[in-house]
Amino acid sequence: MTRKSRITLISLSLLILALAAPLLMGQPFYINIGSQVLIAAIFAMSLNILVGYGGMTSIGHAAYLGTSAYVVALLTLQHGFGFYTASLVALGVVVIMAAIFGAIALRGTGITFLMITLALGQTMWGVAFRWSEVTGGDNGLPDIKRPDLFGLNLVEPGLFYGVMIALFVIALVGMWIFTQSGLGLSLQGTRDQPRRMGMLGHHVWLVRWIAFIIAGFWAGVAGIAFIGYHGYIHPLSLGLANSAEVLLMVIAGGAGTLLGPVVGAAIVVVLKMVVSAYVSRWVLLLGCTFVAIVILLPEGVVPGLERLLKSILPAARDDEEASS
Amino acid sequence: MTTELALQITGMTKNFGGLKAIDGVNLTIPKGDRRLLLGPNGAGKTTLFNLITGDLKPTSGSVQLFGRDITGLPSHHCAPLGLARTYQIITLFPKNTLADNVILSLLGISPLRWSPISRIKGRKEFEERARAALKQVGLEAKADRPLGETSYGEKRRLEIALALAQNPSLLLLDEPLAGLSRQERLDVQSLIESIPRDITLILIEHDMDVALALADSITVMYHGRVICEGDRAQVVADPRVKEIYLAS
Repeated sequence: MTRKSRITLISLSLLILALAAPLLMGQPFYINIGSQVLIAAIFAMSLNILVGYGGMTSIGHAAYLGTSAYVVALLTLQHGFGFYTASLVALGVVVIMAAIFGAIALRGTGITFLMITLALGQTMWGVAFRWSEVTGGDNGLPDIKRPDLFGLNLVEPGLFYGVMIALFVIALVGMWIFTQSGLGLSLQGTRDQPRRMGMLGHHVWLVRWIAFIIAGFWAGVAGIAFIGYHGYIHPLSLGLANSAEVLLMVIAGGAGTLLGPVVGAAIVVVLKMVVSAYVSRWVLLLGCTFVAIVILLPEGVVPGLERLLKSILPAARDDEEASS
Repeated sequence: MTTELALQITGMTKNFGGLKAIDGVNLTIPKGDRRLLLGPNGAGKTTLFNLITGDLKPTSGSVQLFGRDITGLPSHHCAPLGLARTYQIITLFPKNTLADNVILSLLGISPLRWSPISRIKGRKEFEERARAALKQVGLEAKADRPLGETSYGEKRRLEIALALAQNPSLLLLDEPLAGLSRQERLDVQSLIESIPRDITLILIEHDMDVALALADSITVMYHGRVICEGDRAQVVADPRVKEIYLAS
């Protein structure tokens, strides 16, 4: 077995172990944390398409999660839609929104792109906050019912967690397929050498725009899971703090790696939920954690651990060559 | 006698603010030609390449590629029309292996570049053609090495492999020998000599020994203008060329 497949095997076992852990602990408190980690993980993976694979740092990504959640909330509460029909509409809305916002934001690159995404994100926050007749303003929209699925009542934490695992696995596999696909390789090429990619026949702008829409779509999926879990949406979920938090998850876990955003999401959510139950100054601990990551594993937790594993696992170079 | 033209540039002008980087250039390259673009720094050679490939839009003038007007077309239109180029400054993909670098080039002319689901790695048509392109430049043994493990000279050859992999009809080489040692120069020189004659070549190069040996014909540029054109003997005998290269 080569070193690479050994590392894959190790990370896969750790992932399965981590997914099973909340169930093994049994209490609803931990199972619910599991669900929240997976929702955050899908959200972070969607941003990773832009930040990690596309090299486009967006700081307005919560707009897509939030808008999707708001659409579901509004349609189910005020227009009598079922949860699933509302979800489909929400995904449509988010895709169109990402197409428009992407076309605007991609007029710039780098810092310009970042500032435009920030402005667009804050616009959506402003709409949710100010348009109180529809969005409930600062009160948010409460009491969205968690739906049944195939006759199963998802209010039961274990069942909901099961659905989240399924959704997460679909997102993860979809992401893995995307990064190996023609479009995914093209996106990664435009991150590293946009000018060369153009000369090689890749339409750099269009590739980035499609990636922006795909990222928006998956953030929308996370938004549906988010409203399904919480049953409540507040303008804060659309805002800068949430956008910054998900960006932190991606960077801390390892941008441009498949599992980096997942690990980043787990770190942030677990610290937030578990530690805050014992320590009131949990944000301080979150800060210390990030300082530690920046100092010890500056490339992110996943690439950093991979580097450590490689130095531990022996006879690497030899079996790589024997296998090729 | 009418020969088919690979490239025809007519009345090309490019201003950067008040600076006339290209000032009324006409250039005609017949099919199968190996043309050397010569001229001191700032003569406008690379700018001319950028105007041909659509990296820059001309202030005025037109570019015809195999009889087709491509003036001002964005650069991603070049590859499907059989136009490829290399860069003076190495422009490769540092995170990828050599084979994957070439695969990105092959992907650029494949409709699969739009597919969000079809896996590219392991596809025979990509892997085999990538290895063939690497073999052409003598790098097949390093196909699975990351770019970071290759020397500067090997990167120069990979630059050419990326362009050749697309099987272009017109190839623009921008200083393919820049920064190479004596031995590496000879390697790249014989590599360029081995490029099939049906690929039209335009070459920017300062190494006169190599460049003059490779080229069929020479165009000398100075301050954004073409000042002399012809074969080696004609150009060397031209008094204006002597003046630029000896008096300055």
